[in-house]
Amino acid sequence: MKPAPFTYHRPRGLDEALEVLAALGEAGKVLAGGQSLVPLMSMRLSAPAHLVDVNHVPGLATVHVDEHVVRIGALARHSQVEHDAAAYDALPLLRQALRHVAHPTIRNRGTTVGSLVHGDPAAELPAVLLLLDGSVTLRSAERAREVEAASFFIGPMETALRPGELAVAATFRRPATGSGTAFVEVTRRHGDYAVCGVGAVVGASSARVALLGVGPGPVLVDLPDAVRDEPLDDERVHALVEEAIDPEADIHASADYRRHLAHVLVRRALAEAHHRAPGRAA
Amino acid sequence: MSVDLVRVSFTVNGSPYDLELDPRRLLSDALRHDLRLTGTHVGCEHGVCGACTILVDDAPMRSCLIFAVSLDGAAITTTEGLQSSDGGMGPVQRAFHECHALQCGFCTPGFVTTVTAYLRDHPSPSPEDAREAIAGNLCRCTGYQNIVAAVQRAADLVTEGATGACVAPGTEEPT
Repeated sequence: MKPAPFTYHRPRGLDEALEVLAALGEAGKVLAGGQSLVPLMSMRLSAPAHLVDVNHVPGLATVHVDEHVVRIGALARHSQVEHDAAAYDALPLLRQALRHVAHPTIRNRGTTVGSLVHGDPAAELPAVLLLLDGSVTLRSAERAREVEAASFFIGPMETALRPGELAVAATFRRPATGSGTAFVEVTRRHGDYAVCGVGAVVGASSARVALLGVGPGPVLVDLPDAVRDEPLDDERVHALVEEAIDPEADIHASADYRRHLAHVLVRRALAEAHHRAPGRAA
Repeated sequence: MSVDLVRVSFTVNGSPYDLELDPRRLLSDALRHDLRLTGTHVGCEHGVCGACTILVDDAPMRSCLIFAVSLDGAAITTTEGLQSSDGGMGPVQRAFHECHALQCGFCTPGFVTTVTAYLRDHPSPSPEDAREAIAGNLCRCTGYQNIVAAVQRAADLVTEGATGACVAPGTEEPT
């Protein structure tokens, strides 16, 4: 349970970090919160030759809120985002989802952007980014590019991040005024990875859900007929979700159990989001 | 393979340290082997059990999930730093003692750090709050009942000073 040897880099500024990453190319791996990376290294499932520790780069621990988006900087810890009052007012779904990310102790160190870049198919944040049509800002020594969530998550633990790039921020788009949101999941143990989870946004004329644990990455399902002011058409929702998911069996759950959970949690998340939509009678 | 040692400076329980470490040295191992502060215990070494929990700038974190060299400039607190000013047990440690909230004691340092930080933000937790507060720490001896009681006892000791006694679950006077 000890990581393999590596060479350590501690850049003190963003430009320096990008220069180091550019020079290292494929050999360089970014260390931010490390709450997924360090255990992988301790179990020798990952053995990067070089770690570029961005924890001492100033200006990255940011939570920016405006009328359209909430933008999270690379070094904002989950707990910082979770407890940010302005971010909660603007986008309650972030806190709703973050409460399910491991334990508070892990959230004190782990970063929101790092969780996105890690791309674990059982993680909450990728589903939230996809659900909100979000994007990730990637910087390299040469350029910056913005990658939409739909093309950022490629497969299990695989994202569009290229060697030499640093994910400097993630942008979550605020849903239309009058929307309600919810995040629900089922875990084997408190704070553990979800067997299945669902985030939902229900607006005046639209509804959508994003599921985790039922595919190689987060799965987005638009529910165009699930209008907020009318009862949901359960059969239609069931059919659309069934079409989108492709759960696999592992030691924690069979494929059938995951499929069952997906449908139950979709109903639960939609009902909760529907209930929370402002202006709705309780 | 020869490794380049990396210099790192931080404080532990208020004492400054200036170390040269192999970068792969986990903070848990740096505390125990390099600083000989063996109060921090190492259980699962992948962030699940909570035994190695320490405070970094007053926030609880897993010392087995942090490379020591990454904490340049940080203020670290271990269970050794949570004793009272006269060198006796601090309020959380004393509550665990009074409530019999430990048997083998292996998990206790992680509980003490976690509960100390929790009580700063939540001075009077309900039993449900107390359970939530310790949900990230595993104990294989106690069944948790006495730990929940200790969290509430610690809250009393922190806010009121030393009065009363531990009320273990199921031993309350009938009302």
